[in-house]
Amino acid sequence: MNQKKIFDKTSFDWPIILIYIFMVLFGWINIYSASYNETTGSIFDLSKNYGKQFLFICISGFIAIFWLFLDNKMFSLFSYLVYGVLILLVISVFVIGKEVAGNKNWISLGSFNLQPAEFAKYGVSLALAKFLGTPEARLKDRNTLFIALGIFLLPMFLILLQKDTGSALVFLSFTLVLYREGLSGIWFVIAICSIIIFILTLYFGALMVSSIFAGIVLLVYIFSSRRKYLTWIMVLITAGVVGFSSSINFLMENVLAEHQRNRILVTFGLLEDLKNQGYNVHQSKIAIGSGGLFGKGYLEGTQTKLRYVPEQHTDFIFCTIGEEWGWVGSALMMLLFVTLIGRVYYLAELQKNRYNRIYAYCVGSVLFFHFTINIGMTIGLVPVIGIPLPFFSYGGSSLIGFTILLFTMIRLDSTRTNEMSTLKDMY
Amino acid sequence: MSEGKNRNFSLIITVVIIGMIYTSRLFYLQVIDSSYVGFANENSKKLLVIHPNRGLIFDRNDKLIVYNDNFYDLNISYPFTLKDFDTLGFCTILNITKESFIKRMKKADKTVYRGSAVFYKNLEPHKFAALQERLYEYEKFYIETKVDRKYRTKSAAHVLGYIGEISKKKLETENEDQHYAKGDFIGISGLEKYYEKELRGEKGSKYILVDSRGRHQGSFAKGKYDVPPIAGKKVSTTLDLNLQEYAEKLMHDKMGSVVAIEPSTGEILTLVSSPGYDPEDLSIRRKSKQYIKLLRDPTLPLFNRAVTAAYPPGSVFKLLNGLIGLQEGVIYGETTFPCFRGFSIGRLHVACHPHSPSLDLRGAVANSCNAYFCYTFREILENPKYKSPREAYIKWKDYMTQFGLDNKLGSDINFESKGNIPTPEFYDKMHNNRWGFSRIISLSIGQGEILITPLQMANVISAIANRGYYYTPHCLRLVNDKNEIPKEFTTKHKINIDKANFEIVVEGMAQTMVNGTAARNSIKGVQICGKTGTVQNPHGKNHSVFMCFAPKDNPKIAIACIVENSGYGATWASPVATLLVEKYLGLSDTGTTRPDLEKRLFDAYLLNVPKPLTPERIKFLKDSTEKAKKDSTEKATRRPLGKNNPPKKTNHTDILICDKDQRIGKNQFFKYQKF
Repeated sequence: MNQKKIFDKTSFDWPIILIYIFMVLFGWINIYSASYNETTGSIFDLSKNYGKQFLFICISGFIAIFWLFLDNKMFSLFSYLVYGVLILLVISVFVIGKEVAGNKNWISLGSFNLQPAEFAKYGVSLALAKFLGTPEARLKDRNTLFIALGIFLLPMFLILLQKDTGSALVFLSFTLVLYREGLSGIWFVIAICSIIIFILTLYFGALMVSSIFAGIVLLVYIFSSRRKYLTWIMVLITAGVVGFSSSINFLMENVLAEHQRNRILVTFGLLEDLKNQGYNVHQSKIAIGSGGLFGKGYLEGTQTKLRYVPEQHTDFIFCTIGEEWGWVGSALMMLLFVTLIGRVYYLAELQKNRYNRIYAYCVGSVLFFHFTINIGMTIGLVPVIGIPLPFFSYGGSSLIGFTILLFTMIRLDSTRTNEMSTLKDMY
Repeated sequence: MSEGKNRNFSLIITVVIIGMIYTSRLFYLQVIDSSYVGFANENSKKLLVIHPNRGLIFDRNDKLIVYNDNFYDLNISYPFTLKDFDTLGFCTILNITKESFIKRMKKADKTVYRGSAVFYKNLEPHKFAALQERLYEYEKFYIETKVDRKYRTKSAAHVLGYIGEISKKKLETENEDQHYAKGDFIGISGLEKYYEKELRGEKGSKYILVDSRGRHQGSFAKGKYDVPPIAGKKVSTTLDLNLQEYAEKLMHDKMGSVVAIEPSTGEILTLVSSPGYDPEDLSIRRKSKQYIKLLRDPTLPLFNRAVTAAYPPGSVFKLLNGLIGLQEGVIYGETTFPCFRGFSIGRLHVACHPHSPSLDLRGAVANSCNAYFCYTFREILENPKYKSPREAYIKWKDYMTQFGLDNKLGSDINFESKGNIPTPEFYDKMHNNRWGFSRIISLSIGQGEILITPLQMANVISAIANRGYYYTPHCLRLVNDKNEIPKEFTTKHKINIDKANFEIVVEGMAQTMVNGTAARNSIKGVQICGKTGTVQNPHGKNHSVFMCFAPKDNPKIAIACIVENSGYGATWASPVATLLVEKYLGLSDTGTTRPDLEKRLFDAYLLNVPKPLTPERIKFLKDSTEKAKKDSTEKATRRPLGKNNPPKKTNHTDILICDKDQRIGKNQFFKYQKF
């Protein structure tokens, strides 16, 4: 019995760890390939991206191992503290931040730059888990809901102020956690409907969408047998749709910046802008599309090597994979990500401890959001939102941030079967 | 299943669905839609054309005449936006001003929308060297190597021709095989044009990678798809470069042309049109400066007199009339006609120079008797065999066309003129349908409406040398050391005149050099057959014409020479032709047995424009003017001055304008004048 207990204590989820190791190393050699040319030296050259990435991988490795040896209770105990510190770090960017490409969201640490936004997700995950993990927390309770929303909307708002829209939008992924924890599904239905109406309005104009929708409602009303029951809901929905549809023009013109507006229009094929906002996506599609079934082979990609795709080692790293490893490699990538995220969600549901469960959902949702947006933008299905591909993209902050995020979850999960520790954690 | 489990399930399903959507989208992009491969190639793969070396041109003795020479253009690649550009440093290397730099950029921007534009044409060697070292700093710029023609000689410009950028029109009309692209070079005239297909070679291609800023990034797939260019073929011409250069030297400062043909093959040994030009003047690099200059030159150096200019042939035409007369049976070799200083019919009188009053055909050819050939021509036209002189004339014209007259010969030298033998309809119109011998009497001595180009003249003499046939004159001898001469140059053109008749005329021509009009131009050791001609020219002095072949039996060379506005045939054209014969046959180790005559020809100035004023010449003229001034003052002081004897005014400017050399030439001309 005692022996089993020790074994259980160390039963980490090896599939996830293996996928992580594979992704990190595969990402690294692709960063090397993205920066490769005839003069490229050793992959360990610390003055280059790929060399630095190797350093980050080492650091991440140490952190991962270190994290696995931390006491489980620590995470729960320090959740709010970590959250607070990270929020302060985000705020400090306003004061000591370094401006890179017009956006002030970096803190300079010698020759390395720290991006607090990448770590804020960890803080939010911990805090959200801690807050919703208390047995008395019920999302049906309005105050609880608002506080929960506040936990991730606060950093989101701060980061939005730093004009890092992409990183800010990532915090929306926590709504998925709220959904699992009992938030009404109607909100997601509304959100998806809004997106559909938004797209339809972009294509056909507000008047057309409004009148067609109103017409459909009228028809349903006329032919419905349960008229009375439908009336008020119908009127409300119609008003909502018409109002939303008409306000889209205003939203597009006045709220969004020009480049954001154009990115959206380019994605839906409403704007041909191959030189500016459309350039990235077009070149990215060319790079991926030219890969073919089996790819051009490692270090043989021309589009990425010749710098046609901007940001190819960070946000657009998937282009290199698509071009050099072809559809087979890309599909394998998809499979790995789906497996990873699915496994995280699967493990999350197995957790017997609320804190662990909610935290695992946070991890899954963040990874899911990053994956969907990043891959979606490289293949032109989603507007360009500059967020990295977890474990692949170049960048210390993002890699270390995700490593901590994931390995905290693995550590928490490792005690799942141990009832004793679970009970201890509960109190 | 609890609510939480349900939602967990739907989340996992969403992840799987998104994964599937992306996988299928990727399948569409990467496997189904192949357009992206094309886009990628368009993006990054650039097809560089490698121009082949143009074929080299050799002379008949395998001496190199034309070869290739590289030069460099500085190009800028599109888009023409420069970032962090060191304009000052760049301008210093090229030695241009900033304004010029901006102007060039604007020009490139205006004219080119993709690919690249020429920024600086024909870089000077020192600029090329300086720029080559620092080109990496100017990443938008690259140097393109182009191939120009270079010449081992200053002669034969008209035959060789020149190359130049292909015109827009030609690019559309003469580009069936898509060989040419804008900016490519093509043969524009001469052999360069005629043998363009042989000389141009086949272009090669090379794929290179270009990065997003348009910089070249090495070869694609290690050159697997590259095609090496095929150099143009070696073209050996029939020209004898030594003879050509010698002929041009003899014809220097004279207007006219010389054509020498090897009769047995029709190969053109020498083709001179004087004044000519240095062939390198029209090379790609020098053309822009020299072309206008040559075009404006009043002596028309660009005009290929040897094939384009058509002259009345003069006395040399008598040979043909004699031959036709013999063939038609209206005269015999022994037929004599009286000549007392001319031929009279009605009020018409064709004068003749003094010679023995009764000559047979041989003597008449040798002495170039006008009267004899007037009689002969009358006999031809008034032949009872034909119903009317008009019919006889048609027969006569038929003989002429057999000799290649009144038609382009179809040689490989371009801009050939057709010449002219008037049609009977022409005379019908001119003389209101009533015409006969007396109306066209001048044709009997090669004057009047007939026009013959020097090349045709050479062809006629080569036909006579062959005693009745000729091959179309041509300049192509070998292609890649193989006999690939077009069929039209190897077909024998027969003339319907008996060999025996030719022999009679040939004998007369041989006599010309013994006791005839060109007797003093005969050479020891070889029997030349010649005929002098003096073409009356209403616009100025007579044209001096001479045609000959040598040796009499198994002729090796046939020459036609014409020197415009110079005088008698025996004075200028005959010495030139006989000196060439001497040179070609190698009769003397020193080149000529008559160095005095050679020198006279080298020095003579017979152009109808004043000699160009070179600094030496201005000094010479100034000196002579001062000398004249001094002389006149001396004379003035010597003479007692008085009312009846005022000092003679000397117009010094007259001396300046009037060319002393020309005057010497004139004196010589009178000295040599015999007939």
